[in-house]
Amino acid sequence: MSIEHRDDTGARFGMWLFLYTEVILFSGLFLLYAMALSKFPDQFSVGSHRLNIYFGTINTLVLLTSSLTIAMAVTAIQRGRIKLTLGLCAATVGMGIVFLINKYFEWSAEIEHGIYPGSHHLAEQGSGVAAFFNLYFFTLGLHGLHVLIGGTLITVVAVLTAKGKVTSERYTLLENSALYWHLVDLIWIFLFPLYYLII
Amino acid sequence: MSETTYSYGGFWQQGHRPGILGWLLSTDHKRIGIMYLCCVTSMFIVGALLGLAIRLELIAPGPTIMSAQTYNATFTVHGVIMIFLFIIPSIPASFGNLIMPIQIGARDVSFPKVNLISWYCYMIGAVLAVLAIFTGSGPPDTGWTFYVPFSTQTTTNVDLAVMAAFMLGFSSILTGINFVTTIHRLRAEGMTWGRLPLFVWTLYATAWIQVLATPMIGITLLLIFAERIFGAGLFDAARGGDPVLYQHMFWIYSHPAVYIMILPGMGVISEVIPVFARKPLFGYWAMALSSLAIAFAGSLVWGHHMYASGMSDMAILVFSLLTFIVAIPSAIKVFNWVSTLYKGSIELAPPMLFALSFIFLFSIGGLGGLVLGAAASDIHLTDTMFVVGHFHYVMFGGTGFAFFAALHYWLPKFFGRMYNHKRAVIAWALMFVGFNFTYMSMQALGVMGMPRRYYDYVPEFTTLNQVSTVGSWVLGLGLLIMFVNLWQGIRHGTPVGNNPWGGATLEWQIPSPPPEENFGEEDPVVTHGPYDFKGVVADEY
Repeated sequence: MSIEHRDDTGARFGMWLFLYTEVILFSGLFLLYAMALSKFPDQFSVGSHRLNIYFGTINTLVLLTSSLTIAMAVTAIQRGRIKLTLGLCAATVGMGIVFLINKYFEWSAEIEHGIYPGSHHLAEQGSGVAAFFNLYFFTLGLHGLHVLIGGTLITVVAVLTAKGKVTSERYTLLENSALYWHLVDLIWIFLFPLYYLII
Repeated sequence: MSETTYSYGGFWQQGHRPGILGWLLSTDHKRIGIMYLCCVTSMFIVGALLGLAIRLELIAPGPTIMSAQTYNATFTVHGVIMIFLFIIPSIPASFGNLIMPIQIGARDVSFPKVNLISWYCYMIGAVLAVLAIFTGSGPPDTGWTFYVPFSTQTTTNVDLAVMAAFMLGFSSILTGINFVTTIHRLRAEGMTWGRLPLFVWTLYATAWIQVLATPMIGITLLLIFAERIFGAGLFDAARGGDPVLYQHMFWIYSHPAVYIMILPGMGVISEVIPVFARKPLFGYWAMALSSLAIAFAGSLVWGHHMYASGMSDMAILVFSLLTFIVAIPSAIKVFNWVSTLYKGSIELAPPMLFALSFIFLFSIGGLGGLVLGAAASDIHLTDTMFVVGHFHYVMFGGTGFAFFAALHYWLPKFFGRMYNHKRAVIAWALMFVGFNFTYMSMQALGVMGMPRRYYDYVPEFTTLNQVSTVGSWVLGLGLLIMFVNLWQGIRHGTPVGNNPWGGATLEWQIPSPPPEENFGEEDPVVTHGPYDFKGVVADEY
């Protein structure tokens, strides 16, 4: 465009709308969860006890801390401290990777024990337990995909920051990526108790 | 102006890159709008041909021109193409992109690059849908609703079809986000909320539904995909899933989606009627707010698709009541259009004829909606041809005719040339008559008890089916004449000035076709309402 037009408020507004669509996307799965839980309360408890709570707890801590570092990155860029911003972005992405590696080991162990959608082992456990694990794999899988997308987004923005495209004057891109990362974190905060902490 | 001296080409000649790349990489809202317009019109023609084939098959009982399996695939693909590739993007993505930024006095949408991405999402969806027809083990045969358990068990190519619908949903979300942000942020000086043209108001309401409801169909389609590929089992009763929940999740999106389809059409009609009645729109705020009311109430009524699927009586009662409530804002619109006509100086130009037939056809369809919304009559009529007739009255007679009104109203603006009015009127008359024969017969057949989606029927239904099929030929002929006439008009029609119809909204104050960035050097300042016709005179052409 010949006349440069920039609207940071508009960009943030658009991002919030997009985050809203993500919430609705997951709300479909929460709806399925609510219906299944009310149908099989006992079997959901059995399923939940078979999850490894240590993996879940560590991942919660990792993700919460990464949300802190990305929030700090936004403050850092506002103050023009590019190197600090890049470091904090790297820390965030690093923790995202730790989260996914953790998840890899967790899921490998479960699949080894015959827990995966459509397995004979689950079919023997009754339909409630099967429903729990089907939801578990699909919902947490979709969340994992979002961690991957968020991490990629932050990496791209970090590269742009290093190139001087994102500065203390125009940092909306970083801010919006941080918002996305917070959403990924927020969804996990709901998923963790719903899957790991059923008594 | 004569043919030879006519050289001004507006945005058509102002690409930043040569040739086709100037279009494929353009972020100009008008170019993206034109690309959408070409795509949705092509898809409409494909869908219409499939529809004619279905009607031809049903001209007589028993096999006529295709096998039962082909018939199932034909109505499925007809539905998928018409719903996801034509009606949902039709007016908002094409005319919304073309007109809305100009009408609010903006130079483009808020996120021009996202706008282009949404077009590519649409194209990916379209390609996947076409691949779904020609690859794998046959085109999908589930009906456009993809109901489980059949959709998770059939061997036909449902995988690609649901991914196509998923991508189209993504495209729709991006357009919605873009439009809401644009209307909030980019209105010109003086363009207050009370001066927004009604078309913009309806797009605003539509965009909110796109943002609020579409992700739900996204997750639902992903679950179908996951079920087919990984055996996720979330809708499989044997593994603790719930097939009825699929229907809930599907309609939580798909019912609001019918308002995505109809609201922009209502916006077009609200633009056309004041211009050709030379009167301000009756009840501006009632019209604006009823758009939002439809969007809001329409999000709460999905259960009326499922009276026969297994729901508690209480739920049926509530959904039935809410369904009736949606009729109120819709009726407000109809009454206000009619009141606008009252004592107006009515000019029966082609866009106006389409707009008037919209009111007629939409009212029939809307009242049929109440028949289906009432639980008692719905139990009799559910899954009959009445539903098909009703749906086509609101969607084709409503949105389809509004789309044609928009074509006749705005194409001269973007191509700078006028089509032949006489032929346009002939086409309209054929379509209007053919339409009523085609779909009124279906409604009658439904009341008599003919189920929908059936390949064969008992001999008693033959006469009405023949009437319907012959009607579809008249309708098809009308469509053919209309498209040929419009095509000739944009190629060789008489050049028109800025304002051939005498409209008061901003798009009529800039050249036809509009230049890039729409408004030259200075941003427009708006000083009067969208339907203030004082001193506005139509250009001769």
